[in-house]
Amino acid sequence: MKLLNLDVFYVVAGIFLVLVATRTALDRAHPTRWGSALFWGLLAVTFLVGKTLPPVVVGYFLLVLVGLAAAKQVGAKHEPGPTAADRIASAERLRNRLFAPALLIPATAVAGTLLLSKLHVGDLWLLDLANVTVTSVCLGAVVAVIAGLVVTRAPAITPVAEGSRLLQTIGWAIILPQFLAALGGIFAQAGVGAVIADLVAHALPTQFPFVAVLAYCSGMALFTICMGNAFAAFPVITLGIGLPFIVQRHGGNPAIMAAIGMLSGYCGTLLTPMAANFNLVPAMLLELRDKHAVIKAQVPLALGILAANITIMYFCVYRF
Amino acid sequence: MIKLIGIAVVALGFALRFNTLLVVMAAGIATGLVSGMSFNAIMALFGKYFVENRYITLTVLLMLPVVGLLERYGLRERAETLIKRARAATAGRVLLFYTAVRQISIALGVNIGGHAAMVRPLVTPMAEAAAKMTFDRAALPADGAARARHGKLPEETVQAIRAHAAAAENIGNFFGEDTVFAVGAVYLIAGVLEAQGLKVSVWRISLWGIPTALIAFALMAWRASALDRRIVRDAAARPNAEDAP
Repeated sequence: MKLLNLDVFYVVAGIFLVLVATRTALDRAHPTRWGSALFWGLLAVTFLVGKTLPPVVVGYFLLVLVGLAAAKQVGAKHEPGPTAADRIASAERLRNRLFAPALLIPATAVAGTLLLSKLHVGDLWLLDLANVTVTSVCLGAVVAVIAGLVVTRAPAITPVAEGSRLLQTIGWAIILPQFLAALGGIFAQAGVGAVIADLVAHALPTQFPFVAVLAYCSGMALFTICMGNAFAAFPVITLGIGLPFIVQRHGGNPAIMAAIGMLSGYCGTLLTPMAANFNLVPAMLLELRDKHAVIKAQVPLALGILAANITIMYFCVYRF
Repeated sequence: MIKLIGIAVVALGFALRFNTLLVVMAAGIATGLVSGMSFNAIMALFGKYFVENRYITLTVLLMLPVVGLLERYGLRERAETLIKRARAATAGRVLLFYTAVRQISIALGVNIGGHAAMVRPLVTPMAEAAAKMTFDRAALPADGAARARHGKLPEETVQAIRAHAAAAENIGNFFGEDTVFAVGAVYLIAGVLEAQGLKVSVWRISLWGIPTALIAFALMAWRASALDRRIVRDAAARPNAEDAP
């Protein structure tokens, strides 16, 4: 038995989404009242009972969500919120106590990973060991809300109201990462990776050791750009290009190849809108006008790191 | 080859700026159909993977109430006040410090941070306040008498700082992970190699992540200083930012 597993937090998130949907439905001034309420309500259902629903039903739910988003029926209400003067006054009143709840999130993550994961009474564990990091972060968020209410003495509805405002600023983009993960799964099922690995392997003169390294690292980056996820690209490109050419043909070191290969995949993650949770959701969260601004800021970093990876791998993989 | 149709749909859809959810679903349906799946089978796959991947959205969702609450009560303003006591602070240095903290902590196996939990409520207000000090210094007239200091940063400067703050989080997160302590990615690597009959120690894989981690940090330092130079230029171009409405 695990006291705190992901399912507990899915229900917590589901309840938050139900509250967001209800508030929206009750808000006559909301520009997309019913569309938004339906969107957040259906999403709430996938969090509350997603595992017990037949997948095909969830699939049709997703069609509705896509339809609502594409028809621009999921929007945010422009709420003025507290004025800057109010916030400055509050900041001067509460001073550094304001940081306590914010810092409780990383503190709980550390405590959860290092200590709470060891707590158990017989077979009853506090945290689900399979997902220690995610459950610790979720626990941190819940602990921080309670601490925040104590510090600010705010009414209990304020976190829901403010969280709802932030959620509607992000809008439908919040489920994009899950959609892209699903697309990645379908690509994998259809065997898209094998086709790409085959293309790269045949198009390039991999009899040269350097070309093999170049093809593997850029293959990892390119396929990650397509999939949005280096973990999905890794097995495909490693079995399709890395192992046959670098290890088997040229006698390279598999540990060096694989470690630097994965990091080359991360360079692709920095460059792609498909990695929405790292690149697009933050752009919405930080209220950037250009939703690709994060990717643009990362281009020099990604290309620099990729070039370094290719160089390091070429000089080390055939030597150690 | 025809199986790559999904990638073509995504590229075309992004280029034509259709709704991204629509593009992704169309790409999935197209790929599934050319691979011989039925429409219901594709919907079932979408549903299955969507539910399996709820944890990606979960951490952001649960973070929003506390971040919203603290922002309403002045967390960003307090973070600004605090950074103004550090005379040497610049936007670039704030971001670089955050990348370092993120890389080191995640290398030790602890995942602190995130765009919702740290970057929006703490890192960007601190970086923006530090940039504001650069603007205030540029606005000092030659005789050294302080002028009004309650202006706002130009919107372009704010946007650049925030985009780089998101990058600082991603670099710290990605390139600290595979070093020192073996975490998720390293076990995935070892698992894939082992399935091919290659026994590789997780420690060796972690060790070979270190050179890239150092280079990633060095490149982030370069971007951070480029950001600082840009802010100095912006400040010189608009020294009287506080006079603007």
